[in-house]
Amino acid sequence: MKLGSIIPAPLRKPAKPGESDAGKGAAPADLKISPPERPSDAQRLGERATEAPADVLAWVDQRTAASGLLTGMLYRKVPKGTNWFYTLGSATLFAFIVQTVTGVFLAMFYTPSATQAYASITHINNDVFLGQFVHGMHKWGSSVMVILIFLHMARTFFFGAYKYPRELNWVIGVVLLILTMTMAFTGYLLPFDQRSFWASVVGININGTGPVVGPYLSDFLRAGPEFGATTLARFYAVHMLLIPGAIIALIGAHLYLVAKLGTTAPPWLRGERPKVAAPVSQLDAGVEGDGAPPAR
Amino acid sequence: MADEADRKNGAEALPREERAKPDPPGYFEGESMTRRHAFTVAAQGIGGVAGAAIVLPSVGFAVAPIFHRGKERWEAVGPLDDFVEDTYRQVVFTETEGIGDAGKTTAYVRRGSRQLGEDPKEIVAISSRCAHLGCPVRFVEAADNFICPCHGGVYDFVGKVIGGPPPRPLDQFQTRIRNGQAELGPRYSVTSQLQPVRARDPGEFTGGVWEYLYPPRPSTFPPPSG
Repeated sequence: MKLGSIIPAPLRKPAKPGESDAGKGAAPADLKISPPERPSDAQRLGERATEAPADVLAWVDQRTAASGLLTGMLYRKVPKGTNWFYTLGSATLFAFIVQTVTGVFLAMFYTPSATQAYASITHINNDVFLGQFVHGMHKWGSSVMVILIFLHMARTFFFGAYKYPRELNWVIGVVLLILTMTMAFTGYLLPFDQRSFWASVVGININGTGPVVGPYLSDFLRAGPEFGATTLARFYAVHMLLIPGAIIALIGAHLYLVAKLGTTAPPWLRGERPKVAAPVSQLDAGVEGDGAPPAR
Repeated sequence: MADEADRKNGAEALPREERAKPDPPGYFEGESMTRRHAFTVAAQGIGGVAGAAIVLPSVGFAVAPIFHRGKERWEAVGPLDDFVEDTYRQVVFTETEGIGDAGKTTAYVRRGSRQLGEDPKEIVAISSRCAHLGCPVRFVEAADNFICPCHGGVYDFVGKVIGGPPPRPLDQFQTRIRNGQAELGPRYSVTSQLQPVRARDPGEFTGGVWEYLYPPRPSTFPPPSG
């Protein structure tokens, strides 16, 4: 059975105009002598079974109308010249998903207590099955995500994709960048070894150097005047609850705007001339023209 | 486009907004606010109060530590006779309770030096926390200096900056003598002239206009007078 028949009709890529093969052919000449054979019960059962997934999808689609959204996202038009640089945003999203999944499973073994955090990390690394691997994915994945988000930002900047009408998406992206850096900062403390402890001390003190609000900000981060029992719990809560929620919400808005506004063509592609030159007066009524085709 | 008839009987004499509108449903003569509007305002007001009842306590819960000052803590670090005038002895004591080794801090302690015009019956305790970004400094006896490993901050014998990035001298701890034991108390910072001020975080300047740009925090103890 072809894959195309499993996908319910609403989710299939729409056929181009004139390509539909729905036309009916002529009836066979010997229809009276040899009518189509009736399928056996086993055949019909098999047919029903292969159609069941499509039926389930169609049942959901009839009630949610989700297929319009999906086909709109998946089959939307992209400009000519779209290339591998355009995958950096998706790559960042993938890195975030990796961080989410590995983070959830790390949370099952981690203890956010100043006296037990380091022991729970060594337990994850040394005793838990594949613990070192999942921890390593989370640790190195954070660097990967930071690198990818900067590359994605550079692509957007150098391709001029931040310009009208996509300024709001640039602003959302900058907020996402800041949140990602905050994730990296708060996550660094959690192993609670000497390196992460002193790096966080230095980081909090850098926050404290902001004039007027700085001292209060560092008190807020530490939950007190000194690095204390609740500092680690606070970093943990920010790292795994507060910021991920904000990032997920903002990624939703980011993707919505990408789908709504479309992507930009790379800057090295010039706009193409129409094949039949139209008079300037028809192209733009505000421009004075004599009606002659534009000079080549 | 208005035609001749419209112009004659004034159908478009006024802009659209100013033309008479039909009364809304349920309107009676003389009321200042329609029923629909009153309910809209009331529903939004009650929603706002309900939202504030959830958000404000949560935010207060998170920011309360900024305004909370813990109990003053003093710890004996050894008899007065253990310390000398011309060099420091390193002591480790607990600054924050309940988090084990992470709550401990290091102080460099000596007696008041007669050469510097101090009282040898008192003790001086200098914090090992670098005033730049909080790394632990070390007293190097051969040089008579405190040196920070992270970014090269250098302090002289009394803790004044003589090199590197630190913005102010090293912090100190309040000291007292009880039953012949030297005791260390709350931390305080000093200005470049070693005047005591409330404890500041590393990286923050002290004295002059900086006292306003880096305001003292309610979570810190007042500095010792004099």
